[in-house]
Amino acid sequence: MTTVTLDKAGPRRKVKQGSISRDRAWALRWSYFFLALFAIFSLTPPLYMLITSLKSSAEISAATNPWWVFHPTLGNYVELLTSSQFLRFFWNSAIVSIVVVAITMLISVPAAFALARMKFWGSTALATGVFLTYLIPDSLLFIPLFKMFATFQEWTGVQLLNRWYVLLLVYPTLTVPFCTWIMIGYFASIPKELDEAAIIDGASWFQTLTRIFIPVALPGLIAATIFAFTVSWAQFLYPLVFTTSTDQQVLPVGIITTLIKGDVFNWGQIMTGALLGAAPPLIIYAFLMDYYIAGLTAGATKG
Amino acid sequence: MADVALRKVVKRYDDVEAVRGIDLDIADHEFIVLVGPSGCGKSTTLRMIAGLEDISDGDIMIGGDVVNDVPPKDRDIAMVFQNYALYPHMTVAENMSFGLRLKHYPKAEIKARVTEAARLLDITDLIDRKPKQLSGGQRQRVAMGRAIVRNPKVFLFDEPLSNLDAKLRVQMRIEIKKVHQKVRTTTVYVTHDQVEAMTLADRVVVMNKGRIEQIGTPNELYHKPATRFVAGFIGSPAMNFIPCRLEDVGGTLQIRLTDRIAFALPPARAARYNALPRTEKLLLGIRPEHLTESHAHLGPGVEPFDTVLDVTEPMGMETLVYFGLDGTPVCGRVDPNAGATDGAPMRLAMDLNNMHLLNEATGVVL
Repeated sequence: MTTVTLDKAGPRRKVKQGSISRDRAWALRWSYFFLALFAIFSLTPPLYMLITSLKSSAEISAATNPWWVFHPTLGNYVELLTSSQFLRFFWNSAIVSIVVVAITMLISVPAAFALARMKFWGSTALATGVFLTYLIPDSLLFIPLFKMFATFQEWTGVQLLNRWYVLLLVYPTLTVPFCTWIMIGYFASIPKELDEAAIIDGASWFQTLTRIFIPVALPGLIAATIFAFTVSWAQFLYPLVFTTSTDQQVLPVGIITTLIKGDVFNWGQIMTGALLGAAPPLIIYAFLMDYYIAGLTAGATKG
Repeated sequence: MADVALRKVVKRYDDVEAVRGIDLDIADHEFIVLVGPSGCGKSTTLRMIAGLEDISDGDIMIGGDVVNDVPPKDRDIAMVFQNYALYPHMTVAENMSFGLRLKHYPKAEIKARVTEAARLLDITDLIDRKPKQLSGGQRQRVAMGRAIVRNPKVFLFDEPLSNLDAKLRVQMRIEIKKVHQKVRTTTVYVTHDQVEAMTLADRVVVMNKGRIEQIGTPNELYHKPATRFVAGFIGSPAMNFIPCRLEDVGGTLQIRLTDRIAFALPPARAARYNALPRTEKLLLGIRPEHLTESHAHLGPGVEPFDTVLDVTEPMGMETLVYFGLDGTPVCGRVDPNAGATDGAPMRLAMDLNNMHLLNEATGVVL
């Protein structure tokens, strides 16, 4: 009796399982295929940059296979890393990005907390307004901003244009709205009872923010930080417009303005500079990747 | 520890009145349960006592002081929430001590209080865990611990057991009662579960549509409900309400349920209801346990009648029987060995000594 039942049940189960795993196997194959395709697509430019950065100018202009290095050299790296100009760009970029991240967090975290938790007249309209400012592209904003700084100089005599610190005022127009919006989503996903419990425990609004909300929404905070840093580090249009002297410029603009002389492109050093410039965000991503992904997904479902 | 008093407390949201003028006196050490269906204003009342909601009108007093405009942290209260509201990034000990740390209590005292509360709630082993490593029941204990360590004037519980499964709920109910017997702090407890209300409370406040229907001890509410709402809300299965009228037949007052069924009222009841107009539309309120199987020696005031059962529900220690009286569904409780069968006729007995008579229009118990 028992063996018969087993025989009967055995194959049926196997077939069912087989069909599910076959479906899954195909799904997996397709995902590998497309992911690999995408990885190749997006990794080719950096690879080309790396190959080119290891070549001498002579080899770059020679008519050889561009995807292979015949005489590898670190000359471009040595030259850039010993050039005070390049180090100046790097330094400017670092200072600007770090300060902008700090300014952004100091503004957007309390702003998001207020918009998410405190009911006051116009809070909903304000929250929408914050998001709308993010929708205005920088390519539209830079002209009125330029005019504003010029007028400011006329009135007060304080020069902001062509000074690296003007970027500390300009970049937050990009980072603050987005980071505020992200943080509103995070804070809104924290149960209301948590701040009520904190209030009954005797916490002030500020203590509720610093001791409950910030630790609980840490993944979101890190996601916002990474975003602000990446935007500041990679911003091109604003520094191009607002800074002209080479000692005031940041990395993305500095590389282009100093390494392209007329119609002479110093490709080896441009590629090297770009690669070196991509390193800091890459390092930050690598360290905070887990938090960042947790942050992105939580923001997607709860924000 | 302190007494709590509510004087004509009103809560309005825009044009909706959630709480419509509540008067309530809660004595020191008392365990009060606010019970009612969802939307009756019980949680709003609790949140007003906590200070989480402003009051639109009236006064709330804690320990004799009007606290209408006192912020929650200065009211010296502690609250336990339905979803526990534990701080997810803190350990159990940190959760419990958060309030004390904010008030800069000395470290030694904080530790002593947390240890004592943990011992009381039997969570000493969990003290270094994070909330996500705890089960629902353990989280609720921690939430209670967080309230206990503060040693507040008043405990406020907002449906603390609603997220737990049935078995754990019974267990935690007993736990809460034990804790109250030990710490004796004045407690206001909100629930929609009438069993929780009956088992925990010194006095139960039944609320409906923003008003208090009745305040009383569990037994008072059960045996002497003031309104149809209370009579129907307290007790499970609920009290039966059967349309009826009073008749005078040969000098005795009798109650007519259907064309076929009429009972002479016991003398005490007859005297109580004699003054009522005979034309008035009335409801007979009778609990299922006062509708039992009939037997040969029925006491005074217990009247037999015949009916046909629709459905029977064997519960083990008793069998619930459902039948209709002129279209009104009625529930009775009979002995499991009384032979109740679906669709079969059965002779039942109604204990009129425990009947209630209600005005159908006003719902008031007469």
